[in-house]
Amino acid sequence: MDNQKLIVMLPPVTDANRGYWEGTLAGELRLQCGDSGAPRYPESPVDPVTLDPEFAWRAASGRATLWSWIVMHQQYFPAFADEVPYLVAFVQLEEGPYMMTTLVDPPEHLECGMPLEVVFEQISQDRAIPKFKVVSA
Amino acid sequence: MPGRRQVAIVGVGQTDFGALYANKDAHRDAYALGAEALRLALDDAGLRKDEVDGLLTARIHYEHGAHVLGIPSPRVINTLEGSGRMSGVAVQHAVSLIETGQADVIACVYGNNGRSVKMTYGGDGYAGSPTTRYDAMYGMTSPGAYVGMMYRRYAHDYGVPDGALAPIAINNRRNAALNPVAVMREEITEEQYLASRYIADPLRLYDYCIINDGGVALILTTVEKARHLAKRPVRVAATAARAGVSNYYTSTDFFHSASQDVARRVYAASGYGPQDMDCLQIYDNFTPTVLFSLEGFDHAPRGEAWKWVTGDRIARDGEMPVNTAGGHTGESYMQGWGHHVEAVRQIRGEAGPRQVADCNVAQYICASPITTSHVLVGE
Repeated sequence: MDNQKLIVMLPPVTDANRGYWEGTLAGELRLQCGDSGAPRYPESPVDPVTLDPEFAWRAASGRATLWSWIVMHQQYFPAFADEVPYLVAFVQLEEGPYMMTTLVDPPEHLECGMPLEVVFEQISQDRAIPKFKVVSA
Repeated sequence: MPGRRQVAIVGVGQTDFGALYANKDAHRDAYALGAEALRLALDDAGLRKDEVDGLLTARIHYEHGAHVLGIPSPRVINTLEGSGRMSGVAVQHAVSLIETGQADVIACVYGNNGRSVKMTYGGDGYAGSPTTRYDAMYGMTSPGAYVGMMYRRYAHDYGVPDGALAPIAINNRRNAALNPVAVMREEITEEQYLASRYIADPLRLYDYCIINDGGVALILTTVEKARHLAKRPVRVAATAARAGVSNYYTSTDFFHSASQDVARRVYAASGYGPQDMDCLQIYDNFTPTVLFSLEGFDHAPRGEAWKWVTGDRIARDGEMPVNTAGGHTGESYMQGWGHHVEAVRQIRGEAGPRQVADCNVAQYICASPITTSHVLVGE
């Protein structure tokens, strides 16, 4: 992985998402919660139920289930050139939201529905990325 | 305000995709491609350009488009966003505008120079919502990858074996072989399908749409006006849409609930049911969408479309012909626009060697974040 190229690809840190990125550095997956209580990911400017802009960052459990995954054989991003083929997973967090991510040390036999937990990979002094690993039942 | 009027598609035009594809070094202009299609569609309809009082464009912008096409002052004009689901939406908008008298003759014009500009439908510059940036940091990009996610889950939920998509890919090529303007006219075997390289595993090369240059245009007007034109009118007997939008293209129910809603409405409004269709033109940027569409629109039982799509059943001379021009993996990738042309041509009896016998009713289906369907009937 070309981390220098990857860093350029990351969503820029803004007031709207700073809590999330600070969480990744602290080893915590955080979700935005507005007054409806519905957690949302990624950041959005208002609560989708009430349209109120106020929110707080809440720590998620870090647990998720594997909805599905692909293995990307096509090269689209220079940062991923030496990773092809690479795995991308679509996971549902225990709190409800879905996110794209990848799996660390995936088992040979992977199956939809497998339980996962979050792990963080620091890629620079001020950036870490959430990934997931399969939890042995 | 006049009463609600009935609407027909009276003109279709599209470029010769195969001929365009043969030149690997072309640098074509999308507006020129759309203009060629419009000229062909007007000729097809037997109408003059100055009779057009509505213009809807996609992948070319209305402002420059109106200038290039020489339609500077239509009563209605707009550009729909560039994604493929908009072809069905454009037809719906045109139908609504004509029904309510906002315009009498609407040209829908699409031009795509994807091959010329080396479009990848993914990677850097494939701008989107904030979600796109979060997905990209994992290397996730391109609609095919999102459909691949869905298909793997579908296969898991319904016990689908590897290779189940082969009949769809084979069918597209078989139909394209009979289509003189198709890009991919060589038939493929199941062995070739299975041996083809993965793009976004579980999807293979033959599951993917072509990237090519082309233009498509459709002319819609009232059924009343259509009856005075030379060709058999193709009436839009029903059309409906339902969105199923999340941050992701990936739909965790494979667009099923939206499809069922649209299906119920088009079947009720048109008076035709799934068994009445003489052919289906299904949006197939990737082969799994054919399965999702067949199930969503009650052509196949839930979770069983992969068994339903036998080579015999969906063939041109089968029980329910699907994508008779070759679809997006065989004819061209005109993001659903070409499927509308094919539906009209089948109903008119203009499909040549790939003609479906006695085709009077055709259904367009697009299962996507905006699911649309139309039932088209020869008058």
